[in-house]
Amino acid sequence: MTVLFGQLFTGISIGAVLLLIALGLALTFGQMNVINMAHGEFIMAGAYTTYVLQQSITGAGLSLLVALPVAFVVAGTMGVLLEILLIRRLYARPLDTLLVTWGVSLMLQQLARDVFGSPNVQTRAPELLTGNVAVPGGLTVANNRLFILALALAAVAALTLALRFTPLGRRIRAVVQNRDLAAVSGVPTARVDRTTFFLGSGLAGLAGVALTLLGPIGPTMGTNLIIDAFLVVVVGGIGQLKGSVIVAFALGVLQATGEYLTTLSVAKVIVFVAIVAFLQWRPQGLFTLRTRSLA
Amino acid sequence: MTAVTPAPPSTAGAPAPADIAPGSRSGGRSRLRAAAGFAFGAALLFAVAPLALSDFRLALLAKYLCVAMVAVGIGIAWGRGGMLTLGQGVFFGLGGYAMAMHLKLADAGPGGMPDFMQLYGQLDELPVWWRPFASPWFALPATVLLPMAVAFGLGSLVFRRRVRGAYFAILSQALAAAMVILLIGQQGTTGGTNGLTDIQGFFGYDLDDPVNQRMVYFIIAGVLLALLALARQLIHSRYGELLVAVRDSEERVRFLGYDPASVKLVAYVVAAGMAGLAGALFVPAVGIISPALIGIVPSIEFVIGVAVGGRATLLGPVLGAVAVAWARTALSERFPGTWTYLQGLLFVVVVAFLPGGLASLWALARRRDAGPEQSRRGWPAPARRRASRAEAHR
Amino acid sequence: MSVLWGRRILAGAMTLVAAAAMTACGSKTSDEGGAAGVTADVSGDTVKVGLLNSLSGTMAISEVTVRDSIMLAVEEINAAGGVLGKKIQPIGEDGASDWPTFAEKAEKLISEDRVAAVFGCWTSASRKAVKPVFEKNKALLFYPVQYEGLEQSPYIFYTGATTNQQIVPGLDYLKAQGTKSVYLVGSDYVFPRTANKIIKAYAAANGMTVVGEDYAPLGSTEFGTIVNKVKSSGAKAVFNTLNGDSNVAFFKEYKSAGLTAAAMPVVSVSIAEEEVKGIGTQYLEGQLTAWNYYQTTPGAANGKFVAAYKAKYGADKPTSDPMEAAYVSVYLWKAMVEKAGAFDVEKVRGVSDGITFDAPEGLVTVDGKTQHIAKTARIGKVGADGLITEVWNSGKPIAPDPYLKTYPWASGLS
Repeated sequence: MTVLFGQLFTGISIGAVLLLIALGLALTFGQMNVINMAHGEFIMAGAYTTYVLQQSITGAGLSLLVALPVAFVVAGTMGVLLEILLIRRLYARPLDTLLVTWGVSLMLQQLARDVFGSPNVQTRAPELLTGNVAVPGGLTVANNRLFILALALAAVAALTLALRFTPLGRRIRAVVQNRDLAAVSGVPTARVDRTTFFLGSGLAGLAGVALTLLGPIGPTMGTNLIIDAFLVVVVGGIGQLKGSVIVAFALGVLQATGEYLTTLSVAKVIVFVAIVAFLQWRPQGLFTLRTRSLA
Repeated sequence: MTAVTPAPPSTAGAPAPADIAPGSRSGGRSRLRAAAGFAFGAALLFAVAPLALSDFRLALLAKYLCVAMVAVGIGIAWGRGGMLTLGQGVFFGLGGYAMAMHLKLADAGPGGMPDFMQLYGQLDELPVWWRPFASPWFALPATVLLPMAVAFGLGSLVFRRRVRGAYFAILSQALAAAMVILLIGQQGTTGGTNGLTDIQGFFGYDLDDPVNQRMVYFIIAGVLLALLALARQLIHSRYGELLVAVRDSEERVRFLGYDPASVKLVAYVVAAGMAGLAGALFVPAVGIISPALIGIVPSIEFVIGVAVGGRATLLGPVLGAVAVAWARTALSERFPGTWTYLQGLLFVVVVAFLPGGLASLWALARRRDAGPEQSRRGWPAPARRRASRAEAHR
Repeated sequence: MSVLWGRRILAGAMTLVAAAAMTACGSKTSDEGGAAGVTADVSGDTVKVGLLNSLSGTMAISEVTVRDSIMLAVEEINAAGGVLGKKIQPIGEDGASDWPTFAEKAEKLISEDRVAAVFGCWTSASRKAVKPVFEKNKALLFYPVQYEGLEQSPYIFYTGATTNQQIVPGLDYLKAQGTKSVYLVGSDYVFPRTANKIIKAYAAANGMTVVGEDYAPLGSTEFGTIVNKVKSSGAKAVFNTLNGDSNVAFFKEYKSAGLTAAAMPVVSVSIAEEEVKGIGTQYLEGQLTAWNYYQTTPGAANGKFVAAYKAKYGADKPTSDPMEAAYVSVYLWKAMVEKAGAFDVEKVRGVSDGITFDAPEGLVTVDGKTQHIAKTARIGKVGADGLITEVWNSGKPIAPDPYLKTYPWASGLS
């Protein structure tokens, strides 16, 4: 029984990691239809930011807290640069954004290799986050997993509120629902695109900081995660966040269960089959945004 | 072969006359030029290359030509059909494994088992699903039919439900990832990460002998030419027109009473078959097939050559694939780290700024000579692309 | 478009293929005696050797360090006058972490550059890919990494440990500590699966129980479930054959789950000094490793090696077992060539038996029959400073036994 609850929590925390990575994609892919394969390298940038900050800020806890906003800005700025230099020209060709950003991701990886070296680097986690808390019933829950879950949920909440209640959020939604109408109504669509991209990429940086608590920090750390994250957004349905949130946790629990009953390899295949089957049922994803533009 | 110029892909504007019937319009002259190009290609591959290149370089060329076969298929599915398939490695791998399984069994002799099975699997007898591959009459057709069957299965599921564009690309990529994990997990029967290696013979011929390596090269060159002929045939048929129409506006084709799903399915299945054949011939040429050749990264690398050469042309993908593979070998011998930058840069520059690939430079040059009528056949002008932006944002 | 045209082309192509194939029928597999080997070009006042490592791709992280230490050995030898009076001219190639590329580059080094020997390869998959190339051309490869055994090619010298010099001593150590149950965690590829097979056979014969066995795909960084299983299994120790990045995620998860080196130690066989740096001592302190060499291994030869390496590549660069084995392999080749008095591959192989070298890891001896090397096994513990210190060693070099023929419990394995 304890193991079962442990697995459930593992599933939820896998979901939280997926969600944190997919959240930025839900913005850039879901809202703007840009397939940014360099998203994984923005995650990497966030992780390396943590590493660099720890060279000057010695307190592990303090440096982690400082890293969160700094990584957000670093990754966001990289995103804006990418948008200005390349993606701006490619909005009409979503498939080509995939190939172009894949090329960018190759170059960023090599850049990381040249700057930080091929081997992984290490960061120190605050002692608080390497321990665990005991929950009644003999179950222990890892603190770093709790932290990531909290961070993911906070990011979702902040993003939802921002999209719903701020003028910027209103503009973003307007552009997503009907770009031309938004443009003629005076919404500066190009600037909105750029801001959206900043937010989406910044979230990747945030994910990068969180991932230093869980996994390796190296040039290829982003590539392993990116496909799963895209699948979350595809299955969740583009145009809104709640689909991605639900699907991230569902896939996390599905994978943890499958892995417990079989092996990690088989679980990955099960997840893929489940996704293809699901898309048979709802080809547009869990939730679809209904707009008045022609579809 | 150079007579075949692409119809312009994806624009929201009205199709130019050239889009509708590029083949029939230029008639006999185009056919003649195609035949001349074909003869030129054959002379190059069969006479010049074997004379000019050392055994080692010729073997490398054989490897590149296999990649080029995959590229021909991607050219059809992606360039003409608009389906960016990032999982061609899967079909390449299926063909390769089918061939390698047969050759391993042939090496082991009747009743024998491949060496790795005893070492890693401790199997006493051949797994059931290996057995049919002992017969060349099963294994050879399987190298093509197996990938086609898988493509048919997956394609009929996803196209029918109108999964397309980015969704399809990501799904096909996930397929490649899943396939690799599956293959590696079954080490005792698939060789795991090592793959199937140390293949000695090819239907009785010793692959260590340079003469036989040359024979394999000739077969590969011949098959590539045949695939090109097939692709040209397909592109210039009514079906080829329909495929381009589906790429440019699936809804309109549907309104006209066609079923876009089956149109796309055919292109996807044909591309899969070509990748399978390429994989099958890759095995005797290189002597190895492994999961490292079929995952996400090699699958994307198949696409880069196509993009560089010109995705919607017949010859562009082939030349692009060979050029990129050659550049990789030549440059990585000298500057290993630099190659990664260059590869990334190739993707960025070609796809973002030269979406028609190098072939569009060729078209541009010809436009200067040939006047206004020809100009419609190039890549859409920036203005028209911008017009379609709103549509892409739906 | 006429169908006829396509058919004609197709028919033409087929005729061409058939004609070409007919004229080019070479030897059949049944023919005796294959192609003759390529002889190395040693006509000048230099001798070329090939260095074949991944400088790009996922394996670059490890293989670059091996390349560095091979270069160090080459420079030292050249400074001391070379081999048989000829300076070594190293020719580097990038395997790019891609197995067919390894085969291609091996072929290039042998047939185009005509090198006298090749040093390199890391993964078993890359070695399996190049093995036929070396056997076909009758050329020499020196392979410097611990591996899963069960192989003995006449044209490969294995200077890393085979299973009975690393995994078996690791198990002996656990047994001596009174460990009764182990949990096996590994990456999903050849080495871990073979290693675990050996461990299970050992455990069955030595009163240990294997309470669980799990594999993660290479590069996987999600270890929640596996650590959960390990924790609830009640095992006394974990035998870890994970590779690369997975180790980082595994140990971070391990610590967060409250598992400690004191209560449930992890014995790792793929974590050397370089990897410790990437994981962090915060997570690794007190955990065990099984190797044949550590940077802290005592002895004058090691002192000289470490000092020379740090002087050349930087004071913060640690030295590790595969690097040492690669360094040693160049010196062993030199000793063989000098004993044979020639660069000829068959002569070099012929004199290899009994060649010794005072290596940083201690005295090593080449076994001519298996072409492996007798090495001392060492169990180490990760310290707070990121270095690994020895806690146990086998006392004397262990003779290589790649097929574990001298171990009765392993009789069913190969």
